[in-house]
Amino acid sequence: MSWLKTSVPLVLFIGLSVVLWQGLSLDPREIPSPMINKSVPEFDLPGLGETGLKKQDLKGQVSLLNVFASWCAACRYDHVVLQQITEQDHISIFGLNYKDSPADARLWLQKLGNPYKKIGVDIEGRVAIDFGVYGTPQTFVIDKKGRIRYKRVGIMELSLWKEKVLPLVRKLQNETS
Amino acid sequence: MKLVKSIIFLVCFSSSFVFADTTDLYPFSNPQQQQVFAELMQELRCLVCQNQNLADSNAALASDLRREVYARLQQGSSKQQIIKFLTDRYGEFVLFKPRVQVKTLVLWYGPFVMLMFAFIVVILVMRRGRKNI
Repeated sequence: MSWLKTSVPLVLFIGLSVVLWQGLSLDPREIPSPMINKSVPEFDLPGLGETGLKKQDLKGQVSLLNVFASWCAACRYDHVVLQQITEQDHISIFGLNYKDSPADARLWLQKLGNPYKKIGVDIEGRVAIDFGVYGTPQTFVIDKKGRIRYKRVGIMELSLWKEKVLPLVRKLQNETS
Repeated sequence: MKLVKSIIFLVCFSSSFVFADTTDLYPFSNPQQQQVFAELMQELRCLVCQNQNLADSNAALASDLRREVYARLQQGSSKQQIIKFLTDRYGEFVLFKPRVQVKTLVLWYGPFVMLMFAFIVVILVMRRGRKNI
């Protein structure tokens, strides 16, 4: 029976090591959103051109809401994938222009292309706070009923899109309620 | 002399109080609101510079959240309401002191449980040691 007494500390140590090891691979920048499965907040923002973006626009189809800014370097990488998503996967992407100058944003989109169906200009970042946004780029997957179903903090890598997010979007598109 | 030196040494290390005065930027006519604001500035985390609170951080988001908290207090929100507003959007991580809930029980009491366990093991080993003499 004494082998039991000697092995218990070892087992506990191994258990603790596993937990702490997993902890090392967690990124504190990727804060899980408490808004998953909740409805998108009320908002009504002006656009860069004539039309803006409001909550109602996010209902009726499965879409992405991408938070971007012309001053955000990582958003350029994000942008490449977003272009591909609109062109190849034909999914509506709405843009939230975060704490940016509309003139700079227009120039940026002219240079890099515009993947957004509609854009909301959030100069103060007030609407972004309601979405729980704390940086750029961040992307939300929103279902037909206007509920947030997934949030990506950081660049939407192509591999992540193909392996995780696109399958989710397809699943949501097939959802009936 | 040694005593005096030790006291000076200790005093140097205990002078770490931070007197952050935000009364000019965020004036309150109500002293209770002023107090709550000061507390929230210390207790809320800046999500960009994650080891700093809203009082210390220079990040744009911190400044936005300071403004938000200030506006809500002026409108009459309570401390609890403001905390709820922020945790609804950013989760528990926005608080420096996570609240004691089912999901944070391991975080709060885990170390004590482990320490207790280690203590018990030490006692058992010591007693076994004495028996063998």
